Amino acid sequence: MTRTVRIGLFSAAAVVLAILLCWTAVDLPDFGNYRGPYGGLLNHVAPAERHVTEVVTATVFDYRGFDTLGEELILFTAVAGVVLLLEQGERGERPEPSESIGSDAVRVLGALAVGAAVLVGLWLTAFGYVTPGGGFQGGVAIASGIVLLWVATSLRVWGPFGSDSILDPLEGVGAGGYIVIGLAALASGLPFLTNLFGPGRYGTLQSGGSIPFLNWAAALEVTAALLILFSKFLEEYVVPLAAGDER
Amino acid sequence: MVATLAPLQVTILALVAAGAPLVALSRDPVRMVVVNSFYNWALVILFVVFGAPDVALSMLVVGSVGYPLILLVAIARSRRRTQ
Repeated sequence: MTRTVRIGLFSAAAVVLAILLCWTAVDLPDFGNYRGPYGGLLNHVAPAERHVTEVVTATVFDYRGFDTLGEELILFTAVAGVVLLLEQGERGERPEPSESIGSDAVRVLGALAVGAAVLVGLWLTAFGYVTPGGGFQGGVAIASGIVLLWVATSLRVWGPFGSDSILDPLEGVGAGGYIVIGLAALASGLPFLTNLFGPGRYGTLQSGGSIPFLNWAAALEVTAALLILFSKFLEEYVVPLAAGDER
Repeated sequence: MVATLAPLQVTILALVAAGAPLVALSRDPVRMVVVNSFYNWALVILFVVFGAPDVALSMLVVGSVGYPLILLVAIARSRRRTQ
């Protein structure tokens, strides 16, 4: 394809896209004028019914808890797919990775960031239904903190955190735990994933009924899923690369 | 009630609008990852300024952990191939 043809194609597509975008924008509600009734309704109902101060998390783990189960299983399946694709049999002897990190600054700042990121992740999860946050964001923050261990120290220190025999059960417990909490409602004669416990004290960690449990199950699932992903990527791409640099 | 855009909101919208082409125009992939993380910060601030802290947090973790990771792996892999 020559340059002229490509520019011609791009211009035509850009004009069509611009027209479609303008057409859509004309019918948008005015800025700040939210028309959907659902958000306002939940803002009224959730604090009264569940004693939570964070309606987004209450929506995610309670009023729309079933959708979140789907999202969790999407992550679970995606990670399983990545592992299947990357683990194509044993690749013989693994090269011993290089251990040295040149920069002291990376080591010191990295080591500090490990604790900070894990703490922020735990906090985001624990207070997910009191202040903005929740299991998904918290889980990613915890996992990224642990990943920083590899950046700041060495593959040997990171090793146990990337081990299949630890992460696979944890991920299973996270994903399965969510379903078990849903089934507990079924067992007590209520619809799947119905909030089982009392609302607790308004705006404290003891509020929201089942929400904290689902929240922590999701955090566990997300943390383990991301660590599995990272350890697979590391084994497949970064370790062979580092060994190649040595030679 | 119809709200109007505050100056802060206009500023951050302009920053985001200016940032997107900057990401697309950086040719070196590693530089693109770095520029993209600055752009990601602009998006995070955008969500905070528009009163969506939850979305901002999601943007923060996805943009600063998940996405760069995939990009860097992809870059590492393509470099290994070309060598």
